[in-house]
Amino acid sequence: MSLTDLTATELGKRIKEGKVTAVDAAKESLENIKEKDKGLNAFVTLADEAGVIKRAEEVQRQIEDGSLTGPLAGVPVALKDNLCTKGLRTTCASKILSNFVPPYSATAVENLEKAGAVIIGKTNMDEFAMGSTSETSFFGAVKNPHDAERVTGGSSGGSAAAVAAGEVAYALGTDTGGSIRQPSAYCGVTGIKPTYGTVSRNGLIAYASSLDQIGPIAKDVTDCAAILEAIASYDTKDSTSVKRDDTDFTSALGGDVKGLKIGIPNDYFGEGLDEEVGTAVLAAADTLKEMGAEVERFDLGLVHYAVPAYYIIASAEASSNLSRFDGVKYGYRAKDYEGLHQMYKRSRSEGFGEEVKRRIMLGTFALSSGYYDAYYMKALKTKALIKQAFDKAFEEYDVILGPVAPTVAPRLGESLIDPIKMYLGDIYTVSANLAGLPAISLPCGVNSRGLPIGLQLTGNCFNEKTIIKAAFAFERKYGESIKPGGEEA
Amino acid sequence: MSDKIDNGMIEYVGILAKLEFGDAEKEKIRLDMEKMLDYVDMLNELDTADVEPLVQVIDTGNVFREDEITNPDDREAMLANAPEKKDGQYVVPHTFD
Amino acid sequence: MKKYETVIGLEVHVELATKTKIFCGCPTQFGGKPNTHTCPVCTGMPGSLPVLNKKVVEYAMAVGLATNCEINRNCRFDRKNYFYPDNPQDYQISQLYEPICLNGHVNINVDGYEKKVRIHEIHMEEDAGKLIHDELKDGSLIDFNRSGVPLIEIVSEPDMSSADEVIAYLETLRTTIQYLGASDCKLQEGSMRADVNLSVREAGSDKLGTRTEMKNLNSFKAIARAIENERNRQIVIIEDGGQVIQETRRWDDNKEESYSMRSKEDAQDYRYFPDPDLPGIFISREWIDEIKQREPEFKAARQERYISEYGIPKGDADIITDSKKMADIFEEASALCNSPKKIANWLIGDTIRLLKEHDMDPDDIKFSPENLAKLVKLTEEGTINSSVATEVFEKVFADNIDPESYVKEKGLAQVNDESALRDTVQKVIDENPQSVEDYRGGKEKALGFLVGQTMKAMGGKANPGLVNKLLKELL
Ligand SMILES: [Mg+2]
Ligand SMILES: [Zn+2]
Repeated sequence: MSLTDLTATELGKRIKEGKVTAVDAAKESLENIKEKDKGLNAFVTLADEAGVIKRAEEVQRQIEDGSLTGPLAGVPVALKDNLCTKGLRTTCASKILSNFVPPYSATAVENLEKAGAVIIGKTNMDEFAMGSTSETSFFGAVKNPHDAERVTGGSSGGSAAAVAAGEVAYALGTDTGGSIRQPSAYCGVTGIKPTYGTVSRNGLIAYASSLDQIGPIAKDVTDCAAILEAIASYDTKDSTSVKRDDTDFTSALGGDVKGLKIGIPNDYFGEGLDEEVGTAVLAAADTLKEMGAEVERFDLGLVHYAVPAYYIIASAEASSNLSRFDGVKYGYRAKDYEGLHQMYKRSRSEGFGEEVKRRIMLGTFALSSGYYDAYYMKALKTKALIKQAFDKAFEEYDVILGPVAPTVAPRLGESLIDPIKMYLGDIYTVSANLAGLPAISLPCGVNSRGLPIGLQLTGNCFNEKTIIKAAFAFERKYGESIKPGGEEA
Repeated sequence: MSDKIDNGMIEYVGILAKLEFGDAEKEKIRLDMEKMLDYVDMLNELDTADVEPLVQVIDTGNVFREDEITNPDDREAMLANAPEKKDGQYVVPHTFD
Repeated sequence: MKKYETVIGLEVHVELATKTKIFCGCPTQFGGKPNTHTCPVCTGMPGSLPVLNKKVVEYAMAVGLATNCEINRNCRFDRKNYFYPDNPQDYQISQLYEPICLNGHVNINVDGYEKKVRIHEIHMEEDAGKLIHDELKDGSLIDFNRSGVPLIEIVSEPDMSSADEVIAYLETLRTTIQYLGASDCKLQEGSMRADVNLSVREAGSDKLGTRTEMKNLNSFKAIARAIENERNRQIVIIEDGGQVIQETRRWDDNKEESYSMRSKEDAQDYRYFPDPDLPGIFISREWIDEIKQREPEFKAARQERYISEYGIPKGDADIITDSKKMADIFEEASALCNSPKKIANWLIGDTIRLLKEHDMDPDDIKFSPENLAKLVKLTEEGTINSSVATEVFEKVFADNIDPESYVKEKGLAQVNDESALRDTVQKVIDENPQSVEDYRGGKEKALGFLVGQTMKAMGGKANPGLVNKLLKELL
């Protein structure tokens, strides 16, 4: 059995037990990437190999002298390329940042390093996290490890693919409208978007500040809980960071789901949902019911308004957040220009890709004089209504269960043709960002072509443990059902 | 359906966003924006007259720093990525004022 | 020609006296090498986030309370979006929708009449960096040391109608803010900056004309000149049947004219929206009370007290309290030497004279109250005479020297010893027989000459009273 078949915490355990070293793990990861990444394009930048080995040796020493004891010590990790890494190029998969080497590391990255992580490289993504397919990258599309003609989903497609293909044991992604959960679903891995404010955004290159959250993408629920526990922190460098004393997420692994109240929104099972996806998700609900959970259908409401509200809010914030990429302080500057304003326009027009420009234009328009109330304010009010709808739902239910995405991974090139259709693919995920809720995506089946299907469990704010517990219980049961031979029972 | 976006509007928004487009690209952006806005107009079905807009979804309470110097001089690191620099400063095309 | 009246409102930016910037822990200290006071936050580095300096909120509240504003107990920050190289994020974090202070006023005194100037709002915001245009042929240089320095912007209603009123308003604000310690408010150094919104209308009309906003006014003189110039410019346009354009203009004080800052590339559409990186600020009643309690004694109260407590004339008390710095020196020095009137005289007389000679502000005073008090003591004890005292004071003013050791070192102490003086007096009498004769012949003036000669022979240090007495005796 290859080391890369292990989950992150299994690998961490073996390293701690002295069965393998952090250096072995790093080397194998690097080799796997060499072998597989030409086909996947999951990585934008690899860390310098000698540096990785040196770092692994250092971590190994600290494990041996007992100063590093966590479950992730010595385990190789990949980071989405919108997380700043000191001295390691960070591009947001954009031409405009293609030469940017940050002078500091994101707090979440520092937290991982403190836990003994060995950073292998930076993963590909939709440019500035704007997209649902990981095709808008300046560095080319990421390919799905289950079918190289299909997308990985996005925007954290590189992270999901790298984990699914065993290039690294785990990865960090970011989720603004589903960008951790949807690629996890398409690639058959597990990912959590935590409650807004749980993981510091310091050093995360902002797409939409009020919605962005960093989270883990890994092979199972156990890993996700351990990783989230490592990266969550109250950070005085992020004013939206929340002081929590309940981030011991691994304590929720185990226990039963008896009496857990699960609500399934009727609104999630209407038009647009692929039949095989719907069937697999409802089967998962049945599994949980068999295990003692109380499962019930209900009307959540407002589901169709989430995507338009999301796109206005995210684009508006993005139009402002991406202003700083102006060719002055860092990043790409056009070669030919006359005067300041042309320098701005050329650098930005040449530096940003089409989807990014589209969203900047939409967001700029939505904030402009005369349209602010009609679009931006309207979207913020819709957000308030959506939050209220979830508050009401969580008075009744502990967990909301549904699909992650309406379909399995589409073919490359298919989605970008019709942006609105692509945006509609986020219909089940964006609400959690608007309402700040934690949500987990985990495999619950495959379709007739063997493509993974994801199950989404959403909890109330600060209730990660509830969804982790439910997801862990389901994962066990589901794991038993598909063994042996990998076929569903 | 939507007639909000004409070429003049694209030009205007382009000036605000510091983006420029060729003719073909401009037309594509214009159509995309029209479609998008038509779609977003769906929000008008909602009565939000009495709804307070929600900016931050999680209430953190007041968040302040104390007035204490925490940052050392790290000029070289800050300037390291500058496309053009001179004497510890960033260089930009001439501005007049 | 018709009669016109001028309608003026002011936007006053005041740099707050915090140690660090508004959203990061970089020092605000003036004059460091370019970009040495910067970090990822104040250079707009990707991924960096703002965290609000609590002191900024407290200073803003203090200024608001001192100018009779309501404190907006739920205020928040907005982003003002525009591209300019001195603005590292290409948006400025400011307050538009929910500013911290609302609906205040100050009373100003102009030529004996009092007027109320209403304050529309006070908001908090960050300063921009500095652009340097010289040297380089084809580029400008940016220094972000100032980017992120905290500012408050005090926005008045259009309640002023002349340069005199504007200057009185600015002086009132400046004194108040200096007393609070919230800023040093120096126009020349840019820690206080005023943008003038001005329109004209036919006298008696109650409809406002189209206004322009004038920027880059670095002194009271420039403000007065710019107001006069802009008023005339607008009247000429109207008289010619034209329309004043609402625009921002920049004052060039060398050319004594302004020019439009509009350009095709600057559509003035700032797309303000609430900054999602910064939570709203809740200001409790208790916090407001606490700030109110910390309020210092302001100019008016101090002036009253100096008159009643120290017996200082009203005019002198007015001058001393114009500057908190001077008022503080006055109080501390008076406490040390118990001669408030003498202290006041030094401040009103020689200090003001020297400040004028050196083109300085009272805030630029370098000497300590201790040294002024020592000087007064030396004169009171008769250790030095008044001409030596003036000489010593100039040194105190210039270098804040310790008068006691200076007098000792330079041997400037007054000679009060009769026997020592007697010889010199005798010598002067012997050397000036003509004057002696004149005196004896009834010419009182001749005595003055002899006193002068004696003082000269003593290097100015003789006790003049004693010299007089001895001369009379020996003659
Ligand atoms: Mg302002
Ligand atoms: Zn700074």
